[in-house]
Amino acid sequence: MGKKLLTEHINVPGIQGYEVYRKMGGYASVEKAIKSMKPEDVVEEVKKSGLRGRGGAGFPTGMKWSFLAKPEGVPRYLVCNADESEPGTFKDRYLMSRLPHLLIEGMITSSFALGANTSYIYVRGEYYYIIAILEKAIAEAYAAGWLGKNILGSGYDLDLYVQPGGGAYICGEETALLESLEGKRGNPRIKPPFPAIAGLYGCPTVVNNVETIAAVVPIVNQGGDAYAAVGIGKSTGTKLISASGHINKPGIYEIEMGITVEDFIYSDEYCGGILNGKKLKAVIAGGSSVPILPTDLILKTAAGEPRIMSYEGLADGGFAAGTMLGSGGFIVMDESVSIPKNLWNLIRFYHHESCGQCSPCREGTGWMEKILHKIVDGHGTLKDIDLLWELQAKIEGNTICPLGDAAAWPVASAIRHFRTEFEEYVKHGDKIKDVKYYFHTHNMDPAAAYSSL
Amino acid sequence: MAKVTIDGITIEVADGTTILNAARAIGKEVAPPTMCYYSKLKTSGGYCRTCLVEVSKGSEKDPRPMPKLVASCRTTVMDGMEVKNTTSPKVLEARKGVVEFLLANHPLDCPICDQAGECHLQDLSYEHGSAKTRYEFERRTFDKINIGEKIQLHMTRCILCYRCVKTAEQITDGRVHGVLNRGDVSEISTYIEQAIDNDFSGNVIDVCPVGALTDKTFRFKSRVWYTKPMDAHRNCENEKCSGKVVLWYKGEEVLRVTGRKDQWGEVEEFICNTCRFDKKKTSDWTIEGPREIDHSSVISANHYARTLVKPNEFKLNEVNPITE
Ligand SMILES: Cc1cc2nc3c(=O)[nH]c(=O)nc-3n(C[C@H](O)[C@H](O)[C@H](O)COP(=O)(O)O)c2cc1C
Ligand code: SF4
Ligand code: FES
Repeated sequence: MGKKLLTEHINVPGIQGYEVYRKMGGYASVEKAIKSMKPEDVVEEVKKSGLRGRGGAGFPTGMKWSFLAKPEGVPRYLVCNADESEPGTFKDRYLMSRLPHLLIEGMITSSFALGANTSYIYVRGEYYYIIAILEKAIAEAYAAGWLGKNILGSGYDLDLYVQPGGGAYICGEETALLESLEGKRGNPRIKPPFPAIAGLYGCPTVVNNVETIAAVVPIVNQGGDAYAAVGIGKSTGTKLISASGHINKPGIYEIEMGITVEDFIYSDEYCGGILNGKKLKAVIAGGSSVPILPTDLILKTAAGEPRIMSYEGLADGGFAAGTMLGSGGFIVMDESVSIPKNLWNLIRFYHHESCGQCSPCREGTGWMEKILHKIVDGHGTLKDIDLLWELQAKIEGNTICPLGDAAAWPVASAIRHFRTEFEEYVKHGDKIKDVKYYFHTHNMDPAAAYSSL
Repeated sequence: MAKVTIDGITIEVADGTTILNAARAIGKEVAPPTMCYYSKLKTSGGYCRTCLVEVSKGSEKDPRPMPKLVASCRTTVMDGMEVKNTTSPKVLEARKGVVEFLLANHPLDCPICDQAGECHLQDLSYEHGSAKTRYEFERRTFDKINIGEKIQLHMTRCILCYRCVKTAEQITDGRVHGVLNRGDVSEISTYIEQAIDNDFSGNVIDVCPVGALTDKTFRFKSRVWYTKPMDAHRNCENEKCSGKVVLWYKGEEVLRVTGRKDQWGEVEEFICNTCRFDKKKTSDWTIEGPREIDHSSVISANHYARTLVKPNEFKLNEVNPITE
């Protein structure tokens, strides 16, 4: 069994409530930080831990914290990003609904480290029941003296609020989140300035993912060095993986970074192999935005080494032959899945969620979706495949926020690794037109569809 | 002060200057095209992405190139920075992409559009686009809404540059319109068909780079290149209005009044609605003389004294496409 730093006690009965959580050692990090450490010391431990942001980009958390501007007389904010909208990612939900006090403890310790006296948890609106869970836990924390004025007699004050979002993927982008939190339309801001300088209400702000903030608890409890000893290389600690798709045991796994992808998919400790004994076809390893990889490249790197579950391991080979750990949304597809249809589905999502401020994303996502629709409906041409390739290349890197990239990468990788499948759709267009309804109701491979005709 | 080199030309500018403004200070040859930035409006720019440039050297202190193209209108210069605009194939490629995206859903109804001839999207497409579109789907349309007596909204032509929103916010004393909805169905709207009507609301017409907001009092009266622009002024009662305008004549008749636009197509000063919509007699104005249009649009093709190309730079085959 791998080491569990976050979810060790998740199955203890009553852990949702304050009493049990406290009995299991909860809030020790707050005690330790406030009573025996200076805020800078906490930042230092987080730096030593090598913790990287768990929201998707993997930016070193300690470094992000040390960038926070600290002008005199200006409040600073910590905002927790609990918008969790990346398709295939559902770990924050699990953490918040089962261990709400872990997040709150992390928020208090982190707010202390950053010198924030007001902090927010921005939760996606669809998680309405989690909002109630968090609010109950916050009330318990206030009652026990972990929140409010003069915490533990230290003179440190902190108020913590939960803010529901309105249900937009884009509000997970940190500056759109801040706009939304301010009560405005959730449009990503044009950077610079970055939130560390001018974030919420124009004040210095740190935005961190739920899992990142939760990880601060074991880091402070055990020390940064002990945390850094877990994991592999620059991918320290554990990572929650949301495993879904055609596997025997879908769910959330806390893994120690460094295990192999093969082990993760096939061992009984984790996914337990492919459903119904079928063959693995492809994996989207880090949430819907990251490049899809075919079986040979997800199990082994281009150099033939076993592929490792870590930031560097999954990225090995660059975009030509690798992918990203992203948010840890691990989507497994067996041989029955049609890649073009799956891609159409994903791009339909990005098209729908584009905020519409910048031209490449606003116009490009819709255009790509229409072409994909045309292809999977059997009306596509070979030129359409080339056009898709060119369009994604003209979106990537040219937009205000990374949603443009998030829409471009799946297209690029699907064409890069599964071009023949798109060509099949083009070649057998006539047949597909006949089985249109069939195709729309089943996620089926075209070859299988012809044989069933 | 910061020294910055753009397409091989070095200039020294004040700290905090954007790459775009440094490029404009050098001149037209190196200035990236802009569709959403407007120097007279705070926080404008960043949306359209036509002004993307490559930063091949970040600064003297940190010479690493920037990993992505950046919006020159929103990125400030650093001392020792090196920027590539027209000398970067990557930039030209990306810009071509942006033009294609901007045109994908554009109705291309130039033959019936009042903006034709002074449209920045036309100029941009002409200079940076390709002759053919690869977009083959039905173009997006919107329900028509009426935003009042004087201003005509054609949402299908809008490129969502946000200029009119910022104008209403910063120049008029009450913004009643904004962007509704999301993504490629975003639209400029007043939400409840409220009229956009206050002293300075007409300026949204001047800042609109395309024909999405046009002057109803000038609607279908003439192609702009058949009209003759004259600089004129009057002592405007509105203290916030400069009273400095351009009168667009056809024969003896003033068909339209606009602000005076500089070489970047931006108004020099905003004007009030009285000057714009209600003063259409020559006797209302003191005429200063013909307006020089320093912009490579078709309007300048017909008349003007000052041409774009100075005599010593004149190259026959470049300006005379007929010989090709
Ligand atoms: C379109 C878009 C959606 C995003 N959605 C989320 C999200 O739901 N949750 C999240 O934690 N980060 C999300 N991010 C990443 C955030 O912008 C930000 O990088 C992150 O919250 C930083 O936290 P971390 O450093 O702890 O990872 C999203 C980014 C983009 C561009
Ligand atoms: S990339 Fe898309 S979502 Fe991000 S700012 Fe541009 S239009 Fe909005
Ligand atoms: S002019 Fe710079 S992005 Fe539009």
